[in-house]
Amino acid sequence: MRRKDAHSARTAWLVVAGLVVFMLALAGCGSSSDSDSSGEELQKLGKGEGQVDLISWAGYVEPEWSKPFEQKTGCKVNNKVAGTSDEMVQLMQSGEYDGVSASGNASARLVAADAVDPVNVSLVPNYETIFSDLKDQPYNTFDGTPYGIPHGRGANLLMWNSDDVKPAPDSWDVILDPKIASKYSGKISAYDDPIYIADAAVYLKTHQPDLGIENPYELNEEQFNAAVDLLKEQRANVGEYWSEAAKQISAFANGDATVGTTWQYQYFELKGEGDPVAASPASQGFLPKEGATGWSDTWMLSSSAKHPNCMYMWMDWIVEPKVNAEVAEFFGEAPAQSLACDETADKEFCTKYHADNPAFWERVYYWETPLADCGNGNDDCKDYNDWVQAWTAIKG
Amino acid sequence: MGRRLAGVFQGRPRLQVGTLLAGPVGWLVVGYLGSLAVLLVAAFWSVDPLSGEVVRGFGLENFETLLDEPVYRTIVWRTVLIAALVTVTDAVLAFPIAFYMAKVASRRGKAILVVAVLLPLWSSYLVKVLAWRTMLSNDGIINWALEPFGLHGPGYGNVAVWLVMSYLWLPYMVLPIYAGLERIPNSLISASEDLGAGPFMTFRRVILPLAFPAVVAGSIFTFALTLGDYITPRLVSNNQFIGNVIFNNIVNNLPLASALALVPIVVMVAYLLVARKLGAFEHI
Repeated sequence: MRRKDAHSARTAWLVVAGLVVFMLALAGCGSSSDSDSSGEELQKLGKGEGQVDLISWAGYVEPEWSKPFEQKTGCKVNNKVAGTSDEMVQLMQSGEYDGVSASGNASARLVAADAVDPVNVSLVPNYETIFSDLKDQPYNTFDGTPYGIPHGRGANLLMWNSDDVKPAPDSWDVILDPKIASKYSGKISAYDDPIYIADAAVYLKTHQPDLGIENPYELNEEQFNAAVDLLKEQRANVGEYWSEAAKQISAFANGDATVGTTWQYQYFELKGEGDPVAASPASQGFLPKEGATGWSDTWMLSSSAKHPNCMYMWMDWIVEPKVNAEVAEFFGEAPAQSLACDETADKEFCTKYHADNPAFWERVYYWETPLADCGNGNDDCKDYNDWVQAWTAIKG
Repeated sequence: MGRRLAGVFQGRPRLQVGTLLAGPVGWLVVGYLGSLAVLLVAAFWSVDPLSGEVVRGFGLENFETLLDEPVYRTIVWRTVLIAALVTVTDAVLAFPIAFYMAKVASRRGKAILVVAVLLPLWSSYLVKVLAWRTMLSNDGIINWALEPFGLHGPGYGNVAVWLVMSYLWLPYMVLPIYAGLERIPNSLISASEDLGAGPFMTFRRVILPLAFPAVVAGSIFTFALTLGDYITPRLVSNNQFIGNVIFNNIVNNLPLASALALVPIVVMVAYLLVARKLGAFEHI
């Protein structure tokens, strides 16, 4: 009996030792990343490679417009839907994909990790007529070189239940100023993502000018802490944090939320169902007086793309006026292509989503990736990892 | 060919067994323990702040973060506490049901009850949680039913998580206890009564000690399942559980997520050791 115990103990140790060796082998390999980041732009479009592997937001690649693309170019579309910007960054780093529909809070990270290449926009004929205020932006152009093709954009609106919230608010203070927000305690709906810290920064930019916030995504320690503290105070009044649009729609429809930050999509969905929701009116420029955060998505080209020609064809296809109109209406966002506004099924669509209203977008701070290097040469800004940790602490 | 292969195996029982087990054991070691080992190793890595890429090297900073930041302690306590509450709730609810099924119900009634307990397991987890979300909402059926009495439901929060988890994992408690009680011979209960023990004494001195390992087996399910769940807290509360924080960090900070993933493992090991001390595994 004793001998048998000793025997099985030895076997157990052998298994452990084997695992350690296996682990070390695993830790050792894989670090030999290829340094082939020449960044050489494609100069001339060649023949399609027969397929293209994409990463996209749900609703960006649908058969309605990917099947015609396949027929036209012979490039079979393999699409992988990602749920968050973080997931997109991770998938792109695998090097298995040709391109991604990256939001601004992913694009700089992709460039920093050498996961994407510059895009030669002269190979994308439809780029010409894209809204000019979407070109040459800090989240799609780096060191003066374009890194992608704008796809569409949206703003984070203030939405409220017009039966419960009176008078109609014209400022984010209704959910961020603790004194006013406590009136709606337990009924406030806030976005569940570290990037929501920027919403507090936009508010503080107006209400605490002495903090000196310029860009809500470039926050030094003091500015960052002020924003985080504001959200920690807000936490007590938040009824529910939402990350999926459907979750917020059900909260507003069932009376669990009366005021909060939302996307245009949820607002129009709820309005369409006849729920008494309201958002900032035209007289206020459709946004609270402080402005708002928003997103602008960009199709980017992988630095290890196996099908670059097909990817270029896809980038041109997705901003083709009719296709871009289809995508924008399907998803509920403003199209990037100016000519798309003539092609939408709902003729009011571009007006509703402010696609052709540059004054509206001037007050929108598009999502960017927070980086330590925020352009002042001091590297003293809080990076995205700090934002993630702070977000955990805010939610508690 | 087949004949020659058979010849190789003939008279070599060790080779036969080894070949038979190579697949499952290989899967267990490489796919299961191997990935667990990688997880443990990753907990010591760190993340390059600029590129966000994982830097392979040895460091304890992730564990320091977990210990130093009070929010992680809060989250761990919240998770363990709810898991314990869910386990106790399910044990209290499951025991009478299982006892009725095992000792009182007719054959037919038994079959119906087993199906009734199993039935919720056949529907999607997500559908069940979303149904609870609708029921618990402000305009939901719970508030509607309580309104005439001037009461208000719990709304979303820790209580909601406790309710939903207790509902979700109840079958995992009922079935082991039912199986455990089924194995207790009725003659023991009769003997206890013949010797003058009342129903309570019989329960305390005869049934409970014999059924205890089954209760512990069920509690391992309910406790571990609650400890690891992150979808229910997300849908019926604003509170973060260990799983939510792992989910939030898994892309940006895989090493921190790995370090956090060790917490439920440590808690479960401690739980199993206590269960062993209580004699839960003696009859298995």
